[in-house]
Amino acid sequence: MQIIESPETFDVIVVGSGAGGGMTSKILAESGLNVAVVEAGPMFDPKNDEHRTQLRWPWESPRRGASNVRAFGDFDSAYGGWEIDGEPYTRKDNTEFDWFRSRMLGGRTNHWGRISLRFGPKDFKRKDIDGLGDNWPIGYEDVAPYYDKVDKLIGVFGTKENFDNEPNGYFLPPPKPRLHELYFIQGAKKAKIPAIPSRLSILTKRINNERGVCFYCRQCSRACMAYADFSAGTCLILPTQRSGHSLKVFTNAMVREVLTNDQGRATGVSYINREDRKEYSIKGKIVVLAASACSSARILLNSKSSLFSNGLGNGSGMIGRYVHDSTGASRSAIVPAMFNRKTYNEDGVGGMHVYTPWWLDNKKLDFPRGYHLEVWGGMGMPSYGFGFNASDLNEKFGGTVGGYGSKLREDVKKYYGSVMGISGRGESVPQYDNYCEIDPEVVDEYGIPVLRFHYKWTDYERQQAKHMHETFEQIFEGMGAEPLGDKPGKDKDYGLLAPGRIIHEVGTTRMGDDASKSVVNKFQQLHEVNNVFVTDGGPFVSQADKNPTWTILALAWRTSEYIIDELKKQNI
Amino acid sequence: MDRRESLKSLLVGSVAGGLVLNGCAPAEQPPQETDSAAQSTGYGRTPEEKERDEKLRSQQYFNHEELTTLAVLCDIILPAEADFGSATDAGVPEFIEFMAKDMPNHQLPLRGGIMWLNNQTNERFNLDFSKCSDDQQLAVIDEIAYPGKTPEHLKHGEKFFSLMRNLTLTGYYTSEIGIKDLGYVGNQPNVWDGIPQEVLDEHNLSYDPEWIARCVDQEKRNDIAEWDEEGNLLT
Repeated sequence: MQIIESPETFDVIVVGSGAGGGMTSKILAESGLNVAVVEAGPMFDPKNDEHRTQLRWPWESPRRGASNVRAFGDFDSAYGGWEIDGEPYTRKDNTEFDWFRSRMLGGRTNHWGRISLRFGPKDFKRKDIDGLGDNWPIGYEDVAPYYDKVDKLIGVFGTKENFDNEPNGYFLPPPKPRLHELYFIQGAKKAKIPAIPSRLSILTKRINNERGVCFYCRQCSRACMAYADFSAGTCLILPTQRSGHSLKVFTNAMVREVLTNDQGRATGVSYINREDRKEYSIKGKIVVLAASACSSARILLNSKSSLFSNGLGNGSGMIGRYVHDSTGASRSAIVPAMFNRKTYNEDGVGGMHVYTPWWLDNKKLDFPRGYHLEVWGGMGMPSYGFGFNASDLNEKFGGTVGGYGSKLREDVKKYYGSVMGISGRGESVPQYDNYCEIDPEVVDEYGIPVLRFHYKWTDYERQQAKHMHETFEQIFEGMGAEPLGDKPGKDKDYGLLAPGRIIHEVGTTRMGDDASKSVVNKFQQLHEVNNVFVTDGGPFVSQADKNPTWTILALAWRTSEYIIDELKKQNI
Repeated sequence: MDRRESLKSLLVGSVAGGLVLNGCAPAEQPPQETDSAAQSTGYGRTPEEKERDEKLRSQQYFNHEELTTLAVLCDIILPAEADFGSATDAGVPEFIEFMAKDMPNHQLPLRGGIMWLNNQTNERFNLDFSKCSDDQQLAVIDEIAYPGKTPEHLKHGEKFFSLMRNLTLTGYYTSEIGIKDLGYVGNQPNVWDGIPQEVLDEHNLSYDPEWIARCVDQEKRNDIAEWDEEGNLLT
């Protein structure tokens, strides 16, 4: 096949338009560089009525929003999922890993939970505390100035709590708790567990004249037409283009590999245009990979040449190693005090108004590393599945199970808005033996060799999930809630979800000072190729119990400034 | 209008002249989309998703008799009330028709369940279910509508009726009528400023004044945020 070469040479090519790619392309384009963003999916803008799912009603979908087409339902703004037609991945030795991808401008930032937590000082130095895994080569003090800048640029609500490992920031004021959240606060208090306002990147207050203020529809997962929550397209890429900087987006462009010359320097990327299925190449002086931790690892591993027989920048053999996701377990419960609720609009923001940061000392526990608690519930908008087994709870709370007629209406209204739940999201310990690699036999529909995963949880994560469930029950008891379902036992790994289900996978191109044990340096620059950088979650040495996005954004900004500085010094 | 009448008007009138014709001669007659939900394709679909929806809508799974039976069952499960319409008023049979194509795992239990039901009424009354009187229909339904109380030999019917109850309730409460009935009043721009006082009182709960003092002052939501160097909000 003939490769079609683009005539233009860009200063920087950024692969991927999510959190990392969005921030990198914005900062570099604003510095005057000519930037190309290469995105595997189509253009997406929630302001465009063709793309908009926000404020749609369930009946506008013939399947009433069911999740058989999109993983989180019809109205969720992720074009992709754990399974994508034509883009398989495989698993080795019967291990488990589920890989979520979102193919669109902005990537997964269009639908994420907007939980925007800074890593704390301890999160960068876990080995010093428990002897497991590795420390980051940088500390909180290196990242803090960038967290500050991200807070002010993008906006995050929260409160200054002066906790040692939950740093303060430049917060917008949080929204008031909803009813089930007040019950949660009460239950947590009785269980001697803290509960504080959550920290989400949603604008409860204006931060500039370009973006709107939250209008409380609870639909951040649908992407916001007012740009009142953070996504990389609406807050980084589109505004940078509008302000006239040189930022060109190539859409539907599935990158195959980074191209290199005889000196071992990157010269650009090759990609397959999904629309005409032809292969193209773009030239660039610097290549930044921000395609998501596993996609960037895949691109590097597929970029083989005589100089890099093991994949680009993979002399250490570390690319793909140490992939790790957050742990996750959940339990739901019903609050009898909330039966037959008076209805009113309690949509609020898209997510919890209240949460619990990690509060215990692992030295007194049988597992390392912590978790935070997320609370959910309330009188949400019905979608497919609403009303299923509506009267089953009557067995416990009185009334007839099953039946027909208008008594069913009473059953539904009795329980509506009284079910809530808690999810634990925790830190796992990265393992050398958890990895992704190139499957030697399988290609995707574009002919690109696919990833094969090998991932096993350890007892550290299982014990943590066990503890989460004990916590859930303590809080339920304190709030007078009846837990639903059974508490999962050892045979079910204590309800620990399969790796990949929390969609926080990081660590595949980890950073370090020692080039034999890491892929990038502390500025996320490949040890072996100084004009290639990685600004997604790949460079994370450890994931903390925080959601990774805020740290991806801060590190991408830091790397971008480093690139600008190195260019000035003519080092790259 | 009683249940039987409203069903009649449903099937020959608004729902689908097309379905009636199609039920008689599926091969020659292209289905005609007449329900309003089917015409609304604008809910943020990608081209592939649009194509999938259109393909499913161009197909017909249930025949006329089956659809009639589904409609009777839907309205036994959720009949009209003074303030709110029935399941068929809310378009539930059309929803079930779509779901059977969209989630093909529903096809066999639904089609087989209808046949099971007809078999029961044919044995007892020598009539298909939909042709039975209300009393005859309910005589069978009463035996399969209450999980835990179903005679052992009628368990297949219980399974089918439970599925129908689930699909009917979900179809109804995701319709415009059902959402009004439920009292869900969100999905519109508004300003959340906390739980109404009368609800707090009813639950014997109150907001912690210290917590609330730090929450958003909705009067100032449009003032651009500024902070001092310690991160204290100034505006």
